[in-house]
Amino acid sequence: MPEARVIRLRPDDEQSHVPPPSDPSWDEQVAGGLEFLRRRVTGEYETDEFGFDPDLTDHVLLPLLRPLFSRWFRVETHGVENVPSTGGALVVANHSGTVPVDALMATVALHDDHPAQRRFRLLGADLVFDLPAVGSLARKFGATLACSEDAERLLCGGELVGVFPEGFKGIGKPFRDRYTLQRFGRGGFVTAALRTGKPIIPCAIVGAEEIYPMIGNARTVARLLGLPYFPVTPTFPALGPLGLVPLPSKWLIAFGEPIETASYGPAAAEDPMLVFNLTDQVRETIQQSIYQLLLQRSSVFS
Amino acid sequence: MPPAVVLVTGVSRWLGGALAAELARDPAIDRVIGVDTVPPSAELLRRLGRTEFVRADIRNPLIGKVISTAAVDTVVHMNISSTPAGAGGRGAMKELNVIGTMQLLAACQRAPSVRRLVLKSTSAVYGASPRDPAVFTEAMQARRVPSGGFAKDSLDIEGYVRAFSRRRPDVGVAVLRFTNFIGPRIDSVLSGFLRMPVVPTALGYDARVQLLHEDDALGVLTRATTGEFTGTVNAGGEGTLLLSQVIRRLGRLQLPVPSPALGSLGRLTRRFGYVDYSPEQMRFLNFGRVVDTTVLRTEFGYTPRYSTAEALADYAHTVPPVVPPDLVGDVAARAQGLVARAGSVASTVGTTVHGRLRPAPASPGLRAVRDA
Repeated sequence: MPEARVIRLRPDDEQSHVPPPSDPSWDEQVAGGLEFLRRRVTGEYETDEFGFDPDLTDHVLLPLLRPLFSRWFRVETHGVENVPSTGGALVVANHSGTVPVDALMATVALHDDHPAQRRFRLLGADLVFDLPAVGSLARKFGATLACSEDAERLLCGGELVGVFPEGFKGIGKPFRDRYTLQRFGRGGFVTAALRTGKPIIPCAIVGAEEIYPMIGNARTVARLLGLPYFPVTPTFPALGPLGLVPLPSKWLIAFGEPIETASYGPAAAEDPMLVFNLTDQVRETIQQSIYQLLLQRSSVFS
Repeated sequence: MPPAVVLVTGVSRWLGGALAAELARDPAIDRVIGVDTVPPSAELLRRLGRTEFVRADIRNPLIGKVISTAAVDTVVHMNISSTPAGAGGRGAMKELNVIGTMQLLAACQRAPSVRRLVLKSTSAVYGASPRDPAVFTEAMQARRVPSGGFAKDSLDIEGYVRAFSRRRPDVGVAVLRFTNFIGPRIDSVLSGFLRMPVVPTALGYDARVQLLHEDDALGVLTRATTGEFTGTVNAGGEGTLLLSQVIRRLGRLQLPVPSPALGSLGRLTRRFGYVDYSPEQMRFLNFGRVVDTTVLRTEFGYTPRYSTAEALADYAHTVPPVVPPDLVGDVAARAQGLVARAGSVASTVGTTVHGRLRPAPASPGLRAVRDA
């Protein structure tokens, strides 16, 4: 006797019963906003020991950055599968653009384009935390001071840590040096990764170089203001506040394959030659990745 | 082995008195001697139980006589003032803190009976600056050494205690670095600051605050006195809050003021009997400070019962909020109700309009039948 079986004629019918997820209606959005305001007024939200405020980041800071991310710079993210969904990892990226917009865009990319919606914990320069308002806002956004103690603590806590080893040398370099990596600090990021045994994920960001093309550096003004550089771009300071609008360049962010460090053991952090070699390896990988992305991009603004 | 004779300095203040009372309840301890320059209040005296009170100044060599005649074996040094207001000016405060400690340690060094010293220190020794790591462990030092005030005094005191422990290696020394205290009964700098209905803070700064409940502070001190732990340990509650969050949770109003104006405002609030903003206090309120408490929970063996948020909630019972959270919740709920009603009205209008203009879309379940 032949076996009776149910054969589904139209397999897609099963799915069509589920209505597509719709955007929340306006009244739900307003109600959510009111609930957010209530939480903010009564202080009933969580912050961590680094000063990270996920409530503020999710409901105010990220929504403010999203139009810039998707409309203005039309950021394309590649290789998110190289970023682990759980556990600590150190993302090392190139730095450029006069103002650290690249760090903010990478944060949006990892939150919105990664399936696990990873939080990107940035390591910022001293200057960021010296400045009033900027410093406290950076902490609320998840950043902390770039020092080995904080980096290792975040990595051990299973966070995705972001570091820009070029620092001010990278972000404040003249436009003619665009897409050439500067010296990678003193390799402190490699030491932190080795001590904690977490992988290093090289990340190349293309597009940030053109947002504020720095054609000059007013050194005297910079010294007066206590800044590492004072940018002169074709529009700033000539056009005043209008010069603060970034040029709408096309951005590509690519995460490379993780460089594993656990096999070296924590004692390897004391071996300067290994640290130098790993630093160079990461730097070379990012530089190659930048060249590939530049070939992919048809023009600066498209 | 529990201590036989304990000497507690600074017993007339809340925490010192509470510790003496707690030790006096322990039958394993023979004698508890409390020392202070001012006599304890009548209420505190009742709680102190069998504690013997000696009115003495630790800056006076008399303290040595007290230690040797009573054969004190454990000294708990808590007579360290954190505000100039409590000690009668910065000069007197420094005199009490630094010279007092030196005298006490000199007396302890001479007394062969002493075999344990507990110092109530502070996490202020780590300083507070934007260049600090987010979380301090016991092995770290201040990136910017505090230049004055309570933190400098505490650093000096810890230095003298280290020197003492080198000269008397047979004495077990425990240094307790406490975060800010909070609770319904304790009177700390922070509790006075947060009692103001409108709390002025520096514009553009938001400190991370870690608190320790008064009961946990007492628990840590008791364990340090009766236990065997030697070394340095950070004592603070689990978790942190931002200063703005603390102010909001207490239902206070925050008034951000540009930092240069904060100093003169501090002088004004001091005149009205509230707190003063010393430069050091201001740095703390700008940047905050968080300590790692792994050593406290593992080696020292004490897990605070209150987290930072719970300790603050307990303190909040004693300060009536200026902005009641119920009221905020009520307003929010009412506004949400209004929005929901407006939303439903809009959607019914929307569907009736749509229904008239367009035929209803076929429900997806019927599609297979229709196609067949």
